[in-house]
Amino acid sequence: MTRPPHILALVLSLSLLAAACSGDDNAPATITLVTHDSFVVTASLLEDFTAETGITVELLFSGDTGQMVSEAILSAGNPLADVMFGVDNTFLQRALDAKIFEAYESPGLGVVPDNFEIDDQHRVTPISFGDVCVNYWTDELPAEAPTSIEDLTDPTFANELVVQSPESSSPGLAFLLATIAGTEDWEQFWTDLRANGISVTAGWEEAYYGEFAAGGGDRSMVVSYASSPAAEVMFAAEPTDVAPTGVLLDSCYRQIEFAGILAGTDHPDAAAQLIDWMLEPAFQSDVPGSMFVFPVSNEATLPQEFVDHAQLADEPHMLDPAEIEANRDEWTDRWVEIVLG
Amino acid sequence: MDRPLGRNRSRLIAAAAVVPAAFLGVFFVYPVASVLWRGLGGEGLEPIRHVLDQGRTRDAIWFTTWQAVASTALTLVIALPGAAVVARSTPRARRRIRSVVTVPFVLPTVLVAGAFAELFTTFGLDDGSFRLRHTVWAILLAHVFFNYAVVVRSVGSFWAGLDHRLEEQARVLGAGRIRTFWEITLPRLRPVLAAAGSIVFLFSFTSFGVVLVLGGPRRATVETEIYRYAVTRIDFTSAAAVAVLQLLAVLALVTLATRLERSRPATTAIARPAPPLRRSTRFANYGSMLVLLGLPIAVVIERSFAVGGRYGLDHYRALNTRVPQLPAAATTALRNSILYAFVAMALAVLIGSIASLVVVHGRRWLSRVFDLGLTIPLGTSAVTIGFGMIIALDEPPLDFRTSSWIVPIAHSLVGVPFVVRTMVPVLRRIDPRLREAASVLGASPRRVRREVDLPIASRGMVVGAAFAFAVSIGEFGATSFLPRRPDTLTAPQALFRLLSTPGELLRGQAMALAVALMALVAVAVFAIESVRGTSEGSF
Repeated sequence: MTRPPHILALVLSLSLLAAACSGDDNAPATITLVTHDSFVVTASLLEDFTAETGITVELLFSGDTGQMVSEAILSAGNPLADVMFGVDNTFLQRALDAKIFEAYESPGLGVVPDNFEIDDQHRVTPISFGDVCVNYWTDELPAEAPTSIEDLTDPTFANELVVQSPESSSPGLAFLLATIAGTEDWEQFWTDLRANGISVTAGWEEAYYGEFAAGGGDRSMVVSYASSPAAEVMFAAEPTDVAPTGVLLDSCYRQIEFAGILAGTDHPDAAAQLIDWMLEPAFQSDVPGSMFVFPVSNEATLPQEFVDHAQLADEPHMLDPAEIEANRDEWTDRWVEIVLG
Repeated sequence: MDRPLGRNRSRLIAAAAVVPAAFLGVFFVYPVASVLWRGLGGEGLEPIRHVLDQGRTRDAIWFTTWQAVASTALTLVIALPGAAVVARSTPRARRRIRSVVTVPFVLPTVLVAGAFAELFTTFGLDDGSFRLRHTVWAILLAHVFFNYAVVVRSVGSFWAGLDHRLEEQARVLGAGRIRTFWEITLPRLRPVLAAAGSIVFLFSFTSFGVVLVLGGPRRATVETEIYRYAVTRIDFTSAAAVAVLQLLAVLALVTLATRLERSRPATTAIARPAPPLRRSTRFANYGSMLVLLGLPIAVVIERSFAVGGRYGLDHYRALNTRVPQLPAAATTALRNSILYAFVAMALAVLIGSIASLVVVHGRRWLSRVFDLGLTIPLGTSAVTIGFGMIIALDEPPLDFRTSSWIVPIAHSLVGVPFVVRTMVPVLRRIDPRLREAASVLGASPRRVRREVDLPIASRGMVVGAAFAFAVSIGEFGATSFLPRRPDTLTAPQALFRLLSTPGELLRGQAMALAVALMALVAVAVFAIESVRGTSEGSF
């Protein structure tokens, strides 16, 4: 009995097709960049990248950083994309433990200060950074602006601060880490904060627009970003050059955002080219105006609003990613007991 | 001549059942089973015992259940007068009310929470002895706000088709107004009350944003616990364990509700519609609707016009220009939303109508399975479905996880239960005598279907279809836990992105977009329900 010839032909052509599709990484490729919902890039820049390299980049948005990392871990081995951007030092260790990245050392790292290169195996490449800090609405403060993180427990600022729960919010978690790194005894600090009448919300939006003065709320201090005052100026309803908000620089936690090649990609070379490009001055100079974070490259230029209004802590608080990963659940459980219990 | 047709018919139904079964199987059962297996595989029941051992989980289960029961009861009681107004209005007025009450449905929780918070402050309910902020009352109030439409729309439409002569006879025999309602009307509404009640319960049971935002960070529900384990802790095992508990609870509830719904099919031959309500009653009802639904909406509208210290259309004009925070202009996002909503609606109507026929006319076991199976997605955590799709639909021929089709498909998973739950009570009510009469009078079976079954069934269908549309516009379901492409940006997603960067312009634009969404859904629901034109009046 002979096989019907058309099945043979089908199998043959399918396998040829499969062979044609796989392996050949020199041909112009389309690669996918998965990122968090806050990712923004000027569209023409991506077109320039395609014109230079022949590589088309498709974007995929995956919610907030925590959700993006969960989804990447779930799809490990058969990744949703070729490159991930936006995993930060609070989630980094978890992503590294799950082995979702392929190592790649970009030649572009020469323009990046060493302290941003947290992973010595180069599984991820630093791209941008920013600080999570307490912001205040200058006109609504009951007294002179606070200057140290310990001031927040002072009765002068009773019922003025709103924070986010570290269980559901990434700035909330960053601020908890800032207090762990930046106060003598963080558990006592939060006990005092609670006694001083802090308010807790689940997410950033409810805090910033619900309870903070920005949305008409009655609290004058909120956990937000060091670049928030710049955004308030750039997106003010009436043109202004005075930011309505200021930043308590002693309360800042530094978040570094990384890009990495996802293990299992069919286009590792094209993925590497994208990472190199993200360190080039064109993309790096686009980062602040688009995403309200700072570029890691020494060669990037900052927009004027950023120079004038965005701030950076001289000595931001930071913790080792491995230490965070080892203690995060315990810390947040303890935080829940102290603050919400 | 009749007999072989009967057998053909049951065969036809069994064959048609393949469509909804395949849909549910591929896009719900397979993904959910995959993600639960990923979490629990090999560990058996141990993780479930482990999460149950924790006081936090037990508290969450208890709180979730009682707040959902309370939300359902409260919504039914508060919305029943509204349903009466709908039932006893002219068809045109009925459509108007039905489309207006759907508006809250599409408002993102964050905005509603913000509006409620502002109202609490305005009326002095944010602090002091009568405090609503971060209490269970705030959660219940918001659930009533969101679900009011579910009861008014489905109960109102069903009620309109009840024969009023029974009430008239009761009144003639000396029964009072209240007694007539209690003993004559209410029992006949039971199937649709059970149907609407089960939808409200499932919505409240799986409510996420309302609980987090209005209830405050202290409140944990089953849904927020699944999120906490799966997303915050990346503990897929515990997440799957809680998800199994949620599925069991939902299964139990839906079994109970479908039994109630089936209990007493109040058949109607040719109904005499009830006379309109007294003017004063009607206006009292409009007044309460205005306070309950109108106030929070008014807050959003007011904010959309506020520009700095004045009022203007600036935020609306800005909708057409892309801000850096969005991959496309807000108007493009609105267009995408409309497109997806139509596709999701078409899918939900197709799947839902076939499924309803199977539920009403199919074999007993098939009917039960469909009845349950197609409602369960409404009570399943969005995290479970979304993450399930990511791991299950990742390879050809089911490589859907990043396709644009997955958006309307995921929306229609929530839309189908609406179509089924509005169509089944209506279909069940069709009096067999009406069919018999038609065939005795010489109508062919096909004509009976066309002229008896179809007009009656289509009443349930359009109400369900409009729901499916609104559900998609409001983006209920798993899409927030699926990776999204920039060209599939929907209006609610655009709204969240606008709200996640500080700046008055962005916030104002988000408010304008919300108002556009509300207007859009009101117009669309009205248009969809007008498709059948005047035929509704003939019932």
